[in-house]
Amino acid sequence: MRNDIMLETINVARHFDVSRPLVQRLLAREGKRVLRAVDGISFAIEKGTTLSLVGESGCGKSTVARLVVGLYGPTHGSVMFDGQDLAQARADSEQRRRMQMIFQDPYASLNPRWRVRDIIAEPIRAFGLTRSPAEIDARVGELLTQVGLSPLDGQKFPHEFSGGQRQRISIARALSSNPEFLVCDEPTSALDVSVQAQILNLMKDLQARLGLTYLFISHNLAVVRQVSDRVGVMYLGRLVELAPAETLFNTPRHPYTRALMEAIPDLEMTGRQRIPVGGEVPSPIDPPSGCPFHPRCPLANDRCVAERPEMIPARGTPETLVACHAVEEGRDRVGEPLVAA
Amino acid sequence: MTAPLLEVRNLRVEFPTRRGTLVALDDVSFSIAHGEVLGVVGESGAGKSMTGAAIIGLLEPPGRIAGGQILLNGRRIDNLPYSELRKLRGREIGAIFQDPLTTLNPLYTVGQQLIETMVTHLPLNPAQARAKAIEWLELVGIPAASQRIDSYPHEFSGGMRQRVVIALALCAEPKLIVADEPTTALDVSIQAQVISLLKSLARDKGTSMMLVTHDMGVIAETADRVAVMYAGRIVEVGAVRNVVQQAAHPYSAGLMGSIPPVGRRLERLQQIDGSMPRLSAIPPGCPYNPRCPHAFDRCFVERPELMPAKDNLAACWLYAEQGVPRHA
Repeated sequence: MRNDIMLETINVARHFDVSRPLVQRLLAREGKRVLRAVDGISFAIEKGTTLSLVGESGCGKSTVARLVVGLYGPTHGSVMFDGQDLAQARADSEQRRRMQMIFQDPYASLNPRWRVRDIIAEPIRAFGLTRSPAEIDARVGELLTQVGLSPLDGQKFPHEFSGGQRQRISIARALSSNPEFLVCDEPTSALDVSVQAQILNLMKDLQARLGLTYLFISHNLAVVRQVSDRVGVMYLGRLVELAPAETLFNTPRHPYTRALMEAIPDLEMTGRQRIPVGGEVPSPIDPPSGCPFHPRCPLANDRCVAERPEMIPARGTPETLVACHAVEEGRDRVGEPLVAA
Repeated sequence: MTAPLLEVRNLRVEFPTRRGTLVALDDVSFSIAHGEVLGVVGESGAGKSMTGAAIIGLLEPPGRIAGGQILLNGRRIDNLPYSELRKLRGREIGAIFQDPLTTLNPLYTVGQQLIETMVTHLPLNPAQARAKAIEWLELVGIPAASQRIDSYPHEFSGGMRQRVVIALALCAEPKLIVADEPTTALDVSIQAQVISLLKSLARDKGTSMMLVTHDMGVIAETADRVAVMYAGRIVEVGAVRNVVQQAAHPYSAGLMGSIPPVGRRLERLQQIDGSMPRLSAIPPGCPYNPRCPHAFDRCFVERPELMPAKDNLAACWLYAEQGVPRHA
């Protein structure tokens, strides 16, 4: 175990039982239905860096966020936090203090009946970091300043703030226990674009100043490019590509990653004709055989239908791990537009 | 030059509240030509959806049009009685909203909804309308349309539902479509499909479109012209390329700059400090003056009208002298 790894997941999976009630199931003569929200994924985050997970809705990225902080237990596989199994780490308040989470919706994640200073002080009190009210006040003021608000804002209630300011309060709350590892689940997707830029800059500044490690969950590739050191692309509960950010954006390998990049409307290509990828994400209750992307993939062949690809280093860009038979066999036509043959 | 299809003149929308009247739209004027796609962008609360709602006569009470005119093909539509408005909606103006699930009636099959719309507005009998409905579903890319026509909205996925909504908006062949965040609820790969569908249908049918969205990327790909809104006013209008690449108004420039580029990594994103004022606290003069890096005396006292600025029109005193930027 390397000690510069903050968090590692080893083949972690989380399944949900979504069967109908027993009697109905017996009457309809159907079996149990299992939703494989996360189906065996492995990644590691080095201390002080940002790993992002991207994917479309239903790909399991938020489930991973919850697994990693222990809000869900894994169905199988394990999550290691700083070399220790997460279940053990969660039992120890000193370890628990080191990880915090920032949620997507700053309107839902702050208690509307609490003053901002109580919201931010709660983790300080809960972890018993300090008992003196004067010290707590001073710390809350310092945290508010750190996220670009005024210490006087502590007197107010959440409804007195705009969305961007609320997200700053969420960040101040997350930072109040002096964490080292932050899980950010779509922290900017509820915000307007100019405010999004403020929050992303703030998160970068805090990382540089406090040496934080981030797991960043987002559906927005452009945002991910701005914040990440490494990026994992998820599809139907699995990682399909994991690479250093610059490699991933410059030479995306998996056909799904390439399709996603192709799909983003970019300001710099005004009027350009795009080739959208066809089809939709299949249901994770009944995922396709073999490679989950094969029904939409222009490069799919018989092997892709039959055999599930494993994450292996890609030809040409060995720093990329990719789960694709076409890349392995060298028939992925890098550099050409992805069109069905 | 022919008359525009839609013309909005000095539109003012007010919300009377207990603490006084809030002005949600203030002196908004623009036009849309035949076959043109006008993008309307801005942050939440800027009034872009409100503008769309005013045009289709769907302002939520107590909101009301307090001044100005809306003309469709030269005819005033802002003061029509309800029964006239009903004939207009669907037939002349189609609407596409953000959430396809709330647009469709869950108790009727998609076929029934399409047929009802067409029978109401077009000289068709139900059997002809059904054949036409299947054609429309095929046109918007729904596989096995002749079977899916008898499905209920919940049996479709989000992307497919939005396709049904597009078919519903277009099936009475309106001249104008008001599309309010049509792709915001969709994933990127589906969004790309829906946008290219909207674009090609609008082009083939010669339909004009007012496309309201906060996603500049969508506008850059789809619109011919863009209007940028801020605090209930239009602050800049121009051809899409000009606004995206060389915005004149400091707000539009800041907005464009704060969009993270997917093509490269920036050390720091350009940000606009502060946030948009609440409707109850719009500052005098230019509403953008508290956040504007170029604001000077005049901006705090006198409200700017749209004036020539670079190749666009911008409501900004920097361009008071014949489109030449003051600080350049």
